[in-house]
Amino acid sequence: MEAVKSKSVIVIKDLVKGFGDKVILDGFNLTVEKGSNVVILGKSGSGKSVLIKCIIGLLAPDSGSIHVFEENIPGMNEDELDQARSKIGFLFQSNALYDSMTIRENLEFPLLRHWVDIKKEEVDRLVSEALENVDLLHTLDMMPSELSGGMLKRVALARTMILRPEVILYDEPTTGLDPVTSREIENLILKLQKKNHTSSIIISHDMNCVKNTADVVVLLLEGKCYIQGTYQELEQSTDQNIKQFFE
Amino acid sequence: MALIVSFKKFLDETGNIARFTGRFFSVGMKPRYENRELLNQCYNIGYLSFPLVALTAFIMGLVLTMQLRPSLVEYGVESQLPVMVGLAIVREIGPVITALIFAGKIGSSIGAELGSMKVTEQIDAMTVSGIKPYKYLVATRVLATTLMLPMLTILGDGISLFGAYLGVNIRSVTSIDLFFLQVFKSLDFSDVLPAIIKTLFFGFAVGIVGCYKGFNSSKGTQGVGVSANSAVVLSSVLIFIIDLLAVQITELLGLN
Ligand SMILES: Nc1ncnc2c1ncn2[C@@H]1O[C@H](COP(=O)(O)OP(=O)(O)O)[C@@H](O)[C@H]1O
Ligand SMILES: [Mg+2]
Repeated sequence: MEAVKSKSVIVIKDLVKGFGDKVILDGFNLTVEKGSNVVILGKSGSGKSVLIKCIIGLLAPDSGSIHVFEENIPGMNEDELDQARSKIGFLFQSNALYDSMTIRENLEFPLLRHWVDIKKEEVDRLVSEALENVDLLHTLDMMPSELSGGMLKRVALARTMILRPEVILYDEPTTGLDPVTSREIENLILKLQKKNHTSSIIISHDMNCVKNTADVVVLLLEGKCYIQGTYQELEQSTDQNIKQFFE
Repeated sequence: MALIVSFKKFLDETGNIARFTGRFFSVGMKPRYENRELLNQCYNIGYLSFPLVALTAFIMGLVLTMQLRPSLVEYGVESQLPVMVGLAIVREIGPVITALIFAGKIGSSIGAELGSMKVTEQIDAMTVSGIKPYKYLVATRVLATTLMLPMLTILGDGISLFGAYLGVNIRSVTSIDLFFLQVFKSLDFSDVLPAIIKTLFFGFAVGIVGCYKGFNSSKGTQGVGVSANSAVVLSSVLIFIIDLLAVQITELLGLN
């Protein structure tokens, strides 16, 4: 196995992924350092969701490697993948809360599945704590259909955090929310990151969100990492491909 | 040209459904079993479709009897009415009508439910949470439809026969004991068993097709509607095809 710097939690090399004859990712490279927030910027349909779904093993890449904690995701079998996934959180763009279950059951589900021997009191405690973190303890016994869009996003965030993942992948966490709620979600992301010392990849084209959360910004263009830098560096660029996001 | 393309599509789809079905036996039957979800689905699928099955079965038994009587009177064998109706219901009409009602109610609801779970990424979320969606969602539903349809059919047959009893009583007076005695005396093992066994296959088909269509739902709310609809159409057609095969097989086995 190739040597990977121990401080890097995610190292992606030459990632290629296509559907049929349409190539979506075409030699994508990325390194995420421990404790940092990497924001991936890119037009709609450029393959941002495909990228993070490859990282968590929901999609299998055509070639290339994705090392998370120095282990190659595409080379794993089902059991190894389950193991790896318990350390990776994923916030879905559509929240993906189970709409036939209460909020409590939604949060219990990953706990009971990944930590098979966990005790009932421990489950209750973790569920309450996760909901408290997002100020929604009172929704414990409600159904997802009774909550607003912003509340659903917060519950989804609580469910993502409940296993205390060391790496979190956010798929457009603020898209479709009003500006005030968006700021709330950003602050929650930052707060929980500080609290749990996580590293994250955040997909976004909401420039406020990018500005507030990014340590590093990566522009995904034509399947490749077009440029990587801080928000300020990219903001000052005169390259048309970069400038269009800041206008 | 268009014909070749649609034929290729048909073959592709057939292959995909076959593979999807294969996974039921390879993945779906391995531990750990999702017993709680299985019970839950048996309840949903069995209990919730019972009222509809009961209503249609009752009406069918009644109407069938009223329709058959004139012909039998014509041939002077009106006394055979319970026997005729009983055979028709138990051997063919009960299983098939129950299965079709079941396909309409349960096939579409499974297609729509899994379809909307698919498009809102809930199925992906399960995978990420360490749950095997095929096992949790598909295997449980397919097992539940396979187990519940035979039970619904047996209950439906009973209700149909009761409807038939009332139908007989419109014109002539028979006691309920006598009616059922006549029916059961005319039925034997080889009438009942193949009819019940084929409903296992009907139920399996409804479950697999509903799950397959839902799992392969395309994006958007329209995709969910299409899944639900095509699940009903395809499983109804399959019910008739299986019925056709079943009659051939029972004949070959000399059970007729
Ligand atoms: N499962 C799939 N099958 C076929 N095409 C897909 C699939 N998932 C994504 N795509 C295609 O890949 C491209 C990138 O999608 P996506 O990563 O969702 O874009 P975005 O950057 O907006 O998140 C789109 O053109 C989409 O149609
Ligand atoms: Mg996306």
